[in-house]
Amino acid sequence: MIRGVIVMNDQGKPRLVKFYDYQTVEKQQELIRRIYGVLCNRAENVSNFIQADSICGPDTQLVYKTYATLYFVFIFDSSENELAMLDLMQVFVETLDKCFSNVCELDIVFNFNKYSSVQQLIWQVYTILDEIILGGQVLETSSAEVVKAVAEISKLEKASNTTMLVPKSIPGWQSR
Amino acid sequence: MSGPSIMDSLFQTTLDDLIKGLRFHLLDSSPFLSKSVDDIRREITSTDLPTKSTALQKLTYLRSLHSVDDSFAAFHAVELSSSPRFLHKKIAYLSASLSFHSSTPVALLLTHQLRKDLSSPNPHEVTLALHCLSSICNPDLARDLTPEIFTLLSSSKLYLRKAAIATVLIVFRECPDSVRVCFKRLVENLESSDSQTVSAVISVFCELASREPRSYLPLAPEFYRVLVDSRNNWVLIKVLKIFAKLAPLEPRLANRIVEPICDLVRRSGAKSLVFECIRTIVTSLNEYESAVRLAVAKVKEFLVDDDPNLKYLGLQALSIVAYRHLWAVVENKEFVIKSLNDTDPNIKLEALRLVMVMVCEDNVAEICRVLLNYALKSDPEFCNEILGSVLSTCCANFYEKIVDFDWYVSVLGEMSRIPHCQRGEEIESQLIDIGMRVKDVRPELVRVGRDLLIDPALLGNPFLHRILSAAAWVSAEYVDFSNNPIELMEALLQPRTSLLPPSIRAVYILSVLKVLIFCLHSHLFSTEIVASSLCANDWEPRVVESATGLPESSHLPSSDTLAGYEQNEDFNPRFSCQSPEDDSGENDGNTAVVPGPSSTSASLKNEHFTRGSIVDLLDIVKTAFGPLAGSHEVEVQERVRNVLGLIELVEQEIRDIPMQKEGKFSVEKLEASEVIKLLHGAFADEIGPVSSSAQERVPIPDGLMLNENLNDLETICADIRLPTSSSFSLGKSHFEERGGASLLNLENKEESEPSSESTSLLAEHRKRHGLYYLHSETKETTSHDYPPANEPKLRSDVSDDVDDLVKLTEQSLVPKKKPNQIKPRPVVVRLDGDDVGVAVKKAESKDDLISGAVRDVLFVNEAIPTSSRGKHFEDSSSKKRGKEKVTIVQPLESTQNLANMGISEVGNSSLRRSRHVSHGKERKHRSPRKNFGESEEKHQSEKKKSGHRHGKSKARHRADGVVDVVAQTPVIPDFLL
Repeated sequence: MIRGVIVMNDQGKPRLVKFYDYQTVEKQQELIRRIYGVLCNRAENVSNFIQADSICGPDTQLVYKTYATLYFVFIFDSSENELAMLDLMQVFVETLDKCFSNVCELDIVFNFNKYSSVQQLIWQVYTILDEIILGGQVLETSSAEVVKAVAEISKLEKASNTTMLVPKSIPGWQSR
Repeated sequence: MSGPSIMDSLFQTTLDDLIKGLRFHLLDSSPFLSKSVDDIRREITSTDLPTKSTALQKLTYLRSLHSVDDSFAAFHAVELSSSPRFLHKKIAYLSASLSFHSSTPVALLLTHQLRKDLSSPNPHEVTLALHCLSSICNPDLARDLTPEIFTLLSSSKLYLRKAAIATVLIVFRECPDSVRVCFKRLVENLESSDSQTVSAVISVFCELASREPRSYLPLAPEFYRVLVDSRNNWVLIKVLKIFAKLAPLEPRLANRIVEPICDLVRRSGAKSLVFECIRTIVTSLNEYESAVRLAVAKVKEFLVDDDPNLKYLGLQALSIVAYRHLWAVVENKEFVIKSLNDTDPNIKLEALRLVMVMVCEDNVAEICRVLLNYALKSDPEFCNEILGSVLSTCCANFYEKIVDFDWYVSVLGEMSRIPHCQRGEEIESQLIDIGMRVKDVRPELVRVGRDLLIDPALLGNPFLHRILSAAAWVSAEYVDFSNNPIELMEALLQPRTSLLPPSIRAVYILSVLKVLIFCLHSHLFSTEIVASSLCANDWEPRVVESATGLPESSHLPSSDTLAGYEQNEDFNPRFSCQSPEDDSGENDGNTAVVPGPSSTSASLKNEHFTRGSIVDLLDIVKTAFGPLAGSHEVEVQERVRNVLGLIELVEQEIRDIPMQKEGKFSVEKLEASEVIKLLHGAFADEIGPVSSSAQERVPIPDGLMLNENLNDLETICADIRLPTSSSFSLGKSHFEERGGASLLNLENKEESEPSSESTSLLAEHRKRHGLYYLHSETKETTSHDYPPANEPKLRSDVSDDVDDLVKLTEQSLVPKKKPNQIKPRPVVVRLDGDDVGVAVKKAESKDDLISGAVRDVLFVNEAIPTSSRGKHFEDSSSKKRGKEKVTIVQPLESTQNLANMGISEVGNSSLRRSRHVSHGKERKHRSPRKNFGESEEKHQSEKKKSGHRHGKSKARHRADGVVDVVAQTPVIPDFLL
């Protein structure tokens, strides 16, 4: 099964973290740090797999891929095929790409308010991931299907949230 | 904290604001974070659902990306999940799925809401609930929600069905009893026309079978059908994974799947699928020569591919196949060896592993030599990988591959001197282990130990301390082989030993004691020693005048020793050209021997111990140990004081012995000589290897309670226990004061690093993208120190070296017998108990439960043909009958559980389990799925007689109620014929 999915930037700052077995916040932080420690020492143009037994427990591997400033990491065990995981990551990234025009900017988007609502974006990433993987099992491998489902869900969210459209953010809040 | 007010909800910051704020406070976000968390704490108690949901959303964000503890919000998440709005529900479930764990108390409060949402008409609400359930599932939730999952398994919406299938795996894991309910529907889904549904089911079986494959053998026909029919690569990969587990259990199954798998290899274009086929063949079908050949041919394609991933996986496949088919590796030998020089660490590692697989008795020396040369030039990490694999390959199975131990021991010595060597522990244990197991190698071992000990530069490298400890132990334990004990003593007492950690100093001190006893003993009883050594060392005719009259018999060293000496002479030119100037310092005028260029230094040994040299020796020890007597380390202090005490005891008497040599008589009378004799006797006993099972063989004495609780002891000791940390720091500061060496500082730096992990990450980043950083001005100030022992050589012509290796292995891999074995392999002591393998890992109890349940269900399947399963399930009369029967027959523990849940099937399953199968329906239903049924019989073997293939006769047997335990190797049914 897939043990976890992490997206982080090249500074080691996590952008999306999802583990399929419960991790305490401390453990999660530690795992991210150690994974980043391994990733940032890898040269370019080398294989994308890393034996992760020492980091994430026995029988685990991780596959990573860099898209501009972002590391995408899947942690999985021996009941998954390495190359298939790479493909799945491709599906995930493609879907993100379709939803947000360009993944390479995702990191920037996470920080700057390029889109009208950052919040929409972040929940969409989770939504997309949830459409692809459930409880560590691969659910959907076609990005077109995922995009369709995500669109439906955000429509639902919007419909249920009409009252929230009143802007609540107050410009001068930081001085509070 | 005041209650939530209308102002709060009006001026609440949204997640957008929070993220922007974090961005704004990038450098020091902690005050901002804690303020935000405070806000959230207040807002989340709001009764206004939008306010609450925004607060929870922010908290979830902070939890997942900023590791903020969010356990305080658990109840609010439960509360919010009941909101009618989809967005709130989503936020609540997401929060729950991230932060709840199996023992979160409020998780059970979600049961009702989950149940409601699982049966919601909105499919997206259902998947929200499924996601949440799959993350937070615990036994109670799994049990309570099984009926809903069961319903969803046959949902008309495929979207929901596959999500439910994925969830069922987690439900099974938490609540094995639910297998009895859901398993059949799960299997039915295998026949679905929708490939995604099949994919989900196969994934579930893949997970289940990876834990306990045997239970799923009966489903082999279904899997086989999927293997042959499916065109979906995801499904095929998973089904191959299942077969990789099943095939070793059932040879005929392997026979059946070989062809389809080979077909897939030939026709599929998807690399992932091809690789999975290769892996299946090399792991589980490696008896099929043609399939293996096909797989190896494909692996070759992978190896020459430009994609490093494929190269890496190809090498991985080779190393799996290597155990059975070494030819596959040898065929690709050249590529493997060239890969040692790849830029990719993964590929290098796999290649190294494969090179080590090719090591055999004949080429071990050459391969090791070239690898060690290569290690000198590689980066530290890979260097240690090389050392590690050389070490583990050589020591495998009691040094099976080593013939020339003298060579191996000197290789161990060389390894210690390789820069970056961090394999101290392994080398340490091997040095000692070889010393104990292989008698013949001890002289060489002592020589290697001496070379290591005498080098002051090595003491500065913390990674070598363990090796030095072994060297000290070995040299002192086998000091009688030492050419120059005084030199050894000097080495053990040199000032830089203060760089050693206390535990290793303690070993040094004990070694000093052993050497001292040896010297004193040979001094006091020199005549005998000299006599014996005269006999042993026949190349040394001019030894000592007093030896003449003594009989040879009394103290002859064992013939092994003799052989050892002779071998030394044959093998090691270094033995005799040991530099005499090493010890010139301590040989003052008293020594009787003038080491001439022609004399072997072995001759020094016996003549050193004139009274003067012994007195000097005692002085040296006293001077060196004096300051240590006040050490804070118990081990060091205690041992030093013992040694000093002993010296005090013997010193006076030794000084007083009359000069003349007739002393043998008077020597005997000395008190000190008694002590020395006793101690020498104590140390003379040989220490042998201990079998790993030795402890178990010691019978437990009567009246000894090993399981007694020692908690009381803790409370008693609590008062008097010293704070350990402070004692540590004492030792540390002591340690630091003395060691000004840069290496030591380095070590300290490393220790302090974890406290500031951000800087270390920065450092890593800096290392990688050094181009973009300014040059740092700080230079490593090298202290006034010995030059580093291990001067790294320039990383120049690595590739040349690899070519050498290629050439070399080309020669050495050709199976050739060495023309003349110079000497036979020495005896390696081996104990019976050493072979005790790793205890067989026991499957987890829960997995047992699952597979137990699966077996039950599959047994039931036998009676229920696929077509009528649904109908049968609906059949309420049979349900009632079942229940009645259950009460009569012994009720199973699970029956009651499930009966509570109101699942109609239960009655049936336990009914059939209880072997009340005489009604005709049973027999009628059996025929369509005869093969299937037969295969399942196997798993019920405890309950029936073996050998009967036909359902009818089996039923009869069972009706007889004969409980017959069958041997564990029942008749293997033919699944697929």
